[in-house]
Amino acid sequence: MDFTLNEEQTAIRQTCREFAEQEIKPVAAEIDATGTFPYPLIRQMGELGLLGLPFPEEYGGAGADFLSYCLAIEEISRGDASIGITMEAHTSLGATPFYLFGSQQQKEQYLTPLARGEQLWSFGLTEPEAGSDSGGTQTRAVLQDGHWLINGSKAFITNAGTAMTGGVTITAVTGCLSNGRNEISNLIVPVGTPGYSIGQPYKKMGWKASDTRPLAFTECLIPEENILGQPGDGFKQFLRILDAGRVAIAALSVGLAQACLDEALSYAQQRRQFGQPISKFQSIQFKLADMDMEIELARLMYYKAAWLQMQGKPYSREASMAKLFASETSKRAADQAVQIHGGYGFMDEYPVSRYWRNVKINEIGEGTSEVQRMVIAKSLGC
Amino acid sequence: MKMFVCIKQVPDPNTAISKLDPATKRLVRSGVSLVLDPGDESTISAAIKLRDKVGNSELVALSMGPASAQEATRRALAMGVDRAILITDPALAGSDAFSTAQVLAAALKKEGADLIFCSTESTDGYTGMVPGGIAEFLGIPQLTFAREITIEGQKAIIKRVIPKGYQTIESTLPAVITIASGSYEAIYPTMKGIMGAKKKTLTQMSLADLGIAATQVGEAGAHERVLSIGKAEARAAGQIIKDDGNAAQQIAEFLQRYQLL
Ligand SMILES: Cc1cc2nc3c(=O)[nH]c(=O)nc-3n(C[C@H](O)[C@H](O)[C@H](O)COP(=O)(O)OP(=O)(O)OC[C@H]3O[C@@H](n4cnc5c(N)ncnc54)[C@H](O)[C@@H]3O)c2cc1C
Repeated sequence: MDFTLNEEQTAIRQTCREFAEQEIKPVAAEIDATGTFPYPLIRQMGELGLLGLPFPEEYGGAGADFLSYCLAIEEISRGDASIGITMEAHTSLGATPFYLFGSQQQKEQYLTPLARGEQLWSFGLTEPEAGSDSGGTQTRAVLQDGHWLINGSKAFITNAGTAMTGGVTITAVTGCLSNGRNEISNLIVPVGTPGYSIGQPYKKMGWKASDTRPLAFTECLIPEENILGQPGDGFKQFLRILDAGRVAIAALSVGLAQACLDEALSYAQQRRQFGQPISKFQSIQFKLADMDMEIELARLMYYKAAWLQMQGKPYSREASMAKLFASETSKRAADQAVQIHGGYGFMDEYPVSRYWRNVKINEIGEGTSEVQRMVIAKSLGC
Repeated sequence: MKMFVCIKQVPDPNTAISKLDPATKRLVRSGVSLVLDPGDESTISAAIKLRDKVGNSELVALSMGPASAQEATRRALAMGVDRAILITDPALAGSDAFSTAQVLAAALKKEGADLIFCSTESTDGYTGMVPGGIAEFLGIPQLTFAREITIEGQKAIIKRVIPKGYQTIESTLPAVITIASGSYEAIYPTMKGIMGAKKKTLTQMSLADLGIAATQVGEAGAHERVLSIGKAEARAAGQIIKDDGNAAQQIAEFLQRYQLL
């Protein structure tokens, strides 16, 4: 068993670490406070190839492997979670469906500008009435004269409304299966399609510089060919997208947890009480040691899940474990980081207060912790 | 045009606290993380910019160092340099600036360079002697502290940073150009660049390849010797300016005194 990262993986991680340190961290507090989507940074990331890491060069990507992409997500999220989720939702949810399920023509038309970072793309699965029950889609699409006529709505869709967004891929009910269940398909809806309206961004507790919006489809018409694969492929397609997405969210959580440890450790070494740095107190040391241990464990689990993915082996169980453990690790790490900061940790000017707000969603997005436990239990045969 | 950029692997100035070995009086290089000199990253960025502007040119990174310096050359390749050469030989350990310049010059001569970029000085040793040495060994002009470079035919024209502004200087080619620190922002390697770095040629050269005897370089051939090392004197307390209404004026005067304004 070899845990050594290869040269490219190491270089990608290192470059992302430098980028996060030098370009992201200095603006993180401000974009959070003002809720500003950081266009210059996202464009710069696009130019560096960070928005197309795991896609082949022929489609404008960097041709890196899946683990490299996850390492990049970890490091970018260590700089700022809003930017981490923007990159993750664009790559895992927006671009990957085109790469995995798109026709040659769809790959050229849609994937290429996304992988080059010229455009962002979003994926609309969640609906007001279909969250954890993601197959409970109510949005409907009917085929009429060579067009899909879409009616319905989506909730909480990341990257849907930025000025760089090209469109959204949505799940919609396109028919009825013989077993009486809904036939679900993934449909491509470009921005500007009549009948497609993008709502105002939500006001959020965290990830404030990322773009999250409700979407509405009213008599929205798209050409018949704007479908990924065949009608009815949608359900198994999004399960595959979510498996990989969960590993990336695990990496995002690890990055955030690591940022908590970075801040907590440096604060503990500087802050003096009772005549010595608080890092000399055993109760503080044990908190830091636990954070370090859990982060390393979470990291190992996402490495393993990513490795399985790259080997083409089943990895749903491991993806859920990685996402579940990493997200809960990040929450504990943020909590302890604030605790170690005392009252200062409650103040906006200390990054840990932002981290504390940012970690909560890790346990919710791309499948709640309950849903991850359900996946793991299912793999046990329950 | 054939362009070269001389680069060096150094202890990471952002993480490592430089340690000196009291016995050898040299910088400790083992057990610390080593990186491409951040100053060299700016120089590489300047060279890439010029290569792309001039067009039809090749940019080669040249380094002398232990085999581990490969990592630094890979970073240069990822940033966009076309190929790299690493001169590595056990006999080179302990080389002084004189030997380093001699060895680099030998490789440059062998390769045939039109333009050679160097940083003004390395972040670890700070001697600043290598670029001048290379120019001397090759018998070509050296242009120093460049903050802007243009090539016109067979001429290099630079804006050279001086305390109160800049001079415009031109020279014939081939020439050595040192980059003024802070003049060029270091670019990041692109992800494609990183993925493609391994496909680019990285050539290793030994002393034998350059026709240099082991006794001429390294510890054996060193012309310089570090006699002693000592701690820097603690700095005196700085001057605190209280704002009584004309603090800005006082700060400006202070900066002017050091020719910083
Ligand atoms: C900032 C943000 C960004 C997002 N980005 C996207 C995006 O880009 N695309 C997208 O499609 N979605 C996105 N989402 C939606 C996200 O995936 C959902 O919020 C999540 O899946 C949970 O769905 P829900 O909010 O409807 O909660 P619900 O499903 O209503 O869950 C409520 C609670 O009930 C629990 N629960 C539900 N069912 C069960 C069960 N069977 N057993 C036990 N417990 C259960 C849940 O775990 C949870 O605790 C985003 C959400 C947020 C907040």
